[in-house]
Amino acid sequence: MVGLLGLFVYGATTNERYHWDTYRKYLFDVRISQGAWVTIQLTFWAMVLGIGLGTALAVMRLSGNPVLSGVAWIYLWIFRGTPVYLQLVFWGLFTSLYPHMRFGIPWGPAFVHFDVQYVDAAFFFACLGLGLNEAGYMAEIVRAGILSVGEGQSDAATALGMSWGLTMRRIVLPQAMRVIIPPTGNEVISMLKTTSLVVAVPLGSDLYNQQHQIAGVIFQPIPLLLVAGTWYLAITSVLMVGQHFFEKRFARGASRKMTPRQLRALAEELGKQGGGGP
Amino acid sequence: MTSFVKSPNSPSGQPMVDAAGVHKRFGGLHVLRGIDLTVRTGEVVCVIGPSGSGKTTFLRCINHLEQITGGRLYVDGVLMGYRERGDKLHELHPREAARQRRDIGMVFQHFNLFPHMTALQNVVEAPIRVQKMRKDDALAAGRQLLARVGLGDKEDTYPAQLSGGQQQRVAIARALAMKPKLMLFDEPTSALDPELIGEVLDVMKQLANDGMTMVVVTHEVGFAREVGDKLVFMDGGVVVESGKPADVLSRPQQERTKAFLSKVL
Repeated sequence: MVGLLGLFVYGATTNERYHWDTYRKYLFDVRISQGAWVTIQLTFWAMVLGIGLGTALAVMRLSGNPVLSGVAWIYLWIFRGTPVYLQLVFWGLFTSLYPHMRFGIPWGPAFVHFDVQYVDAAFFFACLGLGLNEAGYMAEIVRAGILSVGEGQSDAATALGMSWGLTMRRIVLPQAMRVIIPPTGNEVISMLKTTSLVVAVPLGSDLYNQQHQIAGVIFQPIPLLLVAGTWYLAITSVLMVGQHFFEKRFARGASRKMTPRQLRALAEELGKQGGGGP
Repeated sequence: MTSFVKSPNSPSGQPMVDAAGVHKRFGGLHVLRGIDLTVRTGEVVCVIGPSGSGKTTFLRCINHLEQITGGRLYVDGVLMGYRERGDKLHELHPREAARQRRDIGMVFQHFNLFPHMTALQNVVEAPIRVQKMRKDDALAAGRQLLARVGLGDKEDTYPAQLSGGQQQRVAIARALAMKPKLMLFDEPTSALDPELIGEVLDVMKQLANDGMTMVVVTHEVGFAREVGDKLVFMDGGVVVESGKPADVLSRPQQERTKAFLSKVL
């Protein structure tokens, strides 16, 4: 296996059709790095919206209130049941459905009034489209996390006089995080790459579409794909490190092993007691 | 050693728990079929009975973790979980029900400690978040409580690192931190290894001696005989027999009581 891989790498580095000179030339091109920044921003805002709304939807589905859980169910049905590409095209056309938006009291005075078509709304609608779609998936992930926390936990919290909201916030959700984080890490990494679909809105300033435009001008698609791939890989690597630390943070109390802090305290205690220690 | 309870045996004469004809149905399942029971302030009432007899369900009805479907249940003179208008019961807003529960401590068979919090955090969580106690005061009170249940050196320990007996003692301290006027114990030693049962019963015994009003669902007949003021035998969703523990245990009047006791004694 290693030998085959070595042969492939050797072949790739010596095959001039890869145009490694072009790769090197565009790897740190300012259009590429700006595209990467747009991709990161899209990922961030879409996930913020997706996680926030997804959590709300999960709580609604579990609330026991038939209206709330019905609304959440319909939301999931629509947003998971249609392609995200279709949704992005739809949000792109939203401005032609509602060209004028005013925020205020219905039939009363308007606080803000603007023509949507004159606003550069592509970025906004790209975040909205990706985030609303993501919320459908996050809702199920959060719901699985909440269901993984035993009933005894909310019994105990309720018996202590804690309200439902307080019980969720302080007792159930922190424990659910252990189950929620790994698939959410998946979702973030998946979102990073799904952002390449924002061309549907249309928004062309993200990493994928930037490299696509450059490649179209110089007629060398392969080195630019490799450039974009390198950037995606680099960002994913950073995200994976971040996920690792998140998981450690929410693993508190999950293991019988002592935490470093407890071990330090124990070592100090033993040191004080009897000169030398173990 | 200072006592757990501020003013034991308030002389009001008002019963702490007053259940009259309490029914509980889960769908078609009729679990409680008219429970009448009075627990006086300062009294320790032990409830025994075969599994499925409704003991735990009744206990959970007392602090309205379960909604009763018939009868009346008063704690310290207050109707639990409902408002009475005419002869109809209207369920309270969850916030008001939560307010009623603050004064009632509960200890569970499986401890139900919050695993993501240390022992001390478990104890101070509700005083800080629910009673809005100042953090320093709550921590000081919490440390004192942990010391009283013999776990003063375990405040930074997570539940998973404690033995079952230690976890249950933390759970008792957590319930006491809310300064309850009534403590409910749901088979507090049933999930424990035999050698760990004693340490939990000792804490409960001390609590009883300090004058806490307690309702204890248990299989520990020895504890009931020694500490209980009253023993209640439940079967099939009704109170079959009740009285002084020594009397019920040595001279049971009902056939069903005799049959049960012959199995556990």
